[in-house]
Amino acid sequence: MAQMNMIQALNSAMDVAMGRDPTVVLLGQDVGYFGGVFRCTDGLQRKYGEHRVLDTPIAEGGIIAAAIGMGVNGLRPVAEVQFADYVYPAYDQIVSELARLRYRSAGDFHAPVTVRMPCGGGIRGGQTHSQSPEVLFAHVCGLKVAMPSNPYDAKGLLIGAIEDDDPVILLEPKRLYNGPFDGDPNKPAVPWNTHPKGEVPAGHYTVPFGKAEIVRSGAQVTIVAYGTMVHVAEAAARESGLDAEIIDVRSIVPLDVDTLCTSVCKTGRCVIAHEATRFAGFGAELAATVMEHCFWNLEAPIQRVAGWNTPYPHAFEWEYFPGQARVSLALKAVMEPH
Amino acid sequence: MPTRSRLHVPAPPARPGQPPDFSYLRLSPAGAIPRPDTTASWRDLAELATGLVRVLDDTHQAVGPWHPHLEAQELQIGLRHMLLTRQFDDRMVRTQRQGKLSFYMKSTGEEAVSVAAGMALQPGDMLFPAYRNQGLQVVRGRPLVELMCQLLSNTGDMCKGRQLPVMYHCAAANLFSISGNLATQFPQAVGWAMAAAIKGEDHIAASWTGEGSTAEADFHHALLFASVYRAPVILNVVNNQWAISTFQGTAGGEQNSFAARGPAYGLPGLRVDGNDFLAVYAATRWAADRARTGRGGTLIELVTYRAAAHSTSDDPARYRPRDEPEHWPLGDPVERLKQHLIGLGEWSDARHRALGEELEGQVAAAWKEALTYGTMTEGPRLNRDLMFEDVFKELPEHLRREREMLRAEIAGALSAAAT
Repeated sequence: MAQMNMIQALNSAMDVAMGRDPTVVLLGQDVGYFGGVFRCTDGLQRKYGEHRVLDTPIAEGGIIAAAIGMGVNGLRPVAEVQFADYVYPAYDQIVSELARLRYRSAGDFHAPVTVRMPCGGGIRGGQTHSQSPEVLFAHVCGLKVAMPSNPYDAKGLLIGAIEDDDPVILLEPKRLYNGPFDGDPNKPAVPWNTHPKGEVPAGHYTVPFGKAEIVRSGAQVTIVAYGTMVHVAEAAARESGLDAEIIDVRSIVPLDVDTLCTSVCKTGRCVIAHEATRFAGFGAELAATVMEHCFWNLEAPIQRVAGWNTPYPHAFEWEYFPGQARVSLALKAVMEPH
Repeated sequence: MPTRSRLHVPAPPARPGQPPDFSYLRLSPAGAIPRPDTTASWRDLAELATGLVRVLDDTHQAVGPWHPHLEAQELQIGLRHMLLTRQFDDRMVRTQRQGKLSFYMKSTGEEAVSVAAGMALQPGDMLFPAYRNQGLQVVRGRPLVELMCQLLSNTGDMCKGRQLPVMYHCAAANLFSISGNLATQFPQAVGWAMAAAIKGEDHIAASWTGEGSTAEADFHHALLFASVYRAPVILNVVNNQWAISTFQGTAGGEQNSFAARGPAYGLPGLRVDGNDFLAVYAATRWAADRARTGRGGTLIELVTYRAAAHSTSDDPARYRPRDEPEHWPLGDPVERLKQHLIGLGEWSDARHRALGEELEGQVAAAWKEALTYGTMTEGPRLNRDLMFEDVFKELPEHLRREREMLRAEIAGALSAAAT
């Protein structure tokens, strides 16, 4: 099996999808000739031509609107928003149009658009290149939303997204593009070829939406995480010596409630970790879901680990980032006897 | 000479109680604007964006280079479509006033904008209407019963009760779903047209938006993408002078025409008499011919007047002179085409009256039939389970659960009511 980092895996996903289906087209800023600022579409315009990989004006609203029109006219567009932080000019087109076209037309029209966007911090991006806006899409009815934590899932989810007839928002944690990251910026960078999920089949496969993955089994506590925080949680769990079960949510909408709640009902303790700000973050929905299903099995209050309720500051990136220390404190709190 | 900056706040020429004043409107005599070849570059078309393309003169004769020379029978069909649209509108507003509809929006005075354009396009062309383009539904042969069922959100509603009245669609007739968010369909039409070009098909897209909505970023995205990719699309701005209470100057129409936005993006801009059936038809054909031959998009400003209220929730007497509609200098599109046909010896007052009566009967019969599918208060209702469908292609688990919860809620309420 091939070794790929997340960029190569995403590139391979689009390559495979375009090779199998001539209606798949890519559009976005710098995605064509240059191959994307993170190189995710590198070589695809050369291979598939400039009618299928379009460089666009800097107009996120226009990109998504054009993708919707293309989708209505029989294409399967994959739109790249250069940074998740730039998606807001397209928010109306995503929320009011893309997400609801099938509903408002009673199924007579739909646009199978995939919107890819790099998200998350840890690359010195400051407050305009570090955001994790997944909950802003999770709250919108009609969108599927996913955030992979590794190259294997990234490719499988992206192929699945492109082949899906529903619109999909794929948030790509850019700190994970080149390697897994356990939250410690002082350690040397680790490449994906050291990680089992850096092994990626060259051909076609999908990772289903609505399925979480148990990345580590344990009996004492459940840590629910996605994206970069999966790796931070693993490191914190190792360091704690606890027999922790770690669940990678992967698919935010639809949510795999069964895997999540079966685990918490078993362990009786739950820590939820995401990089986005805490207040009304997706962790709140996860905590409420766990409470509804596992209340009588809970041994301690659910703990949430998140970014602070501030913008992502350039100078204090690592004080903002919910690293191992914050996860460890939450683990300690959730394990305290009551 | 002023030594300080001064904020300019555009004001309409007349508010209630003041005499109507349309002197701001730049008019060209009928036939005065040249009709360049469809191969011309936008650079050579400057006059089209600020002049006014007109075919019907003040005596209702067709004159000048834009005269489309349509058969009398075509014109009679156009007149019929416009009159049917008007009768439908009038009846639906009366029905709303009787409490049988929640909401309605008339297109009175703007019928040519939709009907003439719709007739100038081909059935395979995809139309992305705004909310006041019911004439397009009529041209594309949508049965009135179907439209009325949508207005009633009843069991015959093509939207399954999910949309506000007038937000129709018909995939089979290439009529896109209407959004309540303004101008969003404009760049979507461009995307549709881009896909047609990518696939090498010869169908084109057309969209409509009001002059007020040209202020939205979507309008500018549409023009930019249409220009950049030379998408085969016709982008129509229906300048009916009023966006609810806001006059066209607040949307930026004071300094330059809306058509002039086209050349700024490298697209031809045509300013057209929107109440002149022949001019609208000719301009649309000109733009369609360009689009079909790889010359890209065109922006058409249709200068018209919203003769009625914005919607049944609106009272225009609160913001414009009550008698302003009567002073509109470009007349009424139905009356002008009627007089033109009479001048040709192809129509008469008697035939017009007879047609009016026939269409009135058609509308009444359709309404009667639509009611059999249910109203908001009586008769059959849509199944509540439909609420959860079409959010996604397949019903996901969380919506299946919610559907059960609603069923339980209703069953509980019913049993509580029974005890």
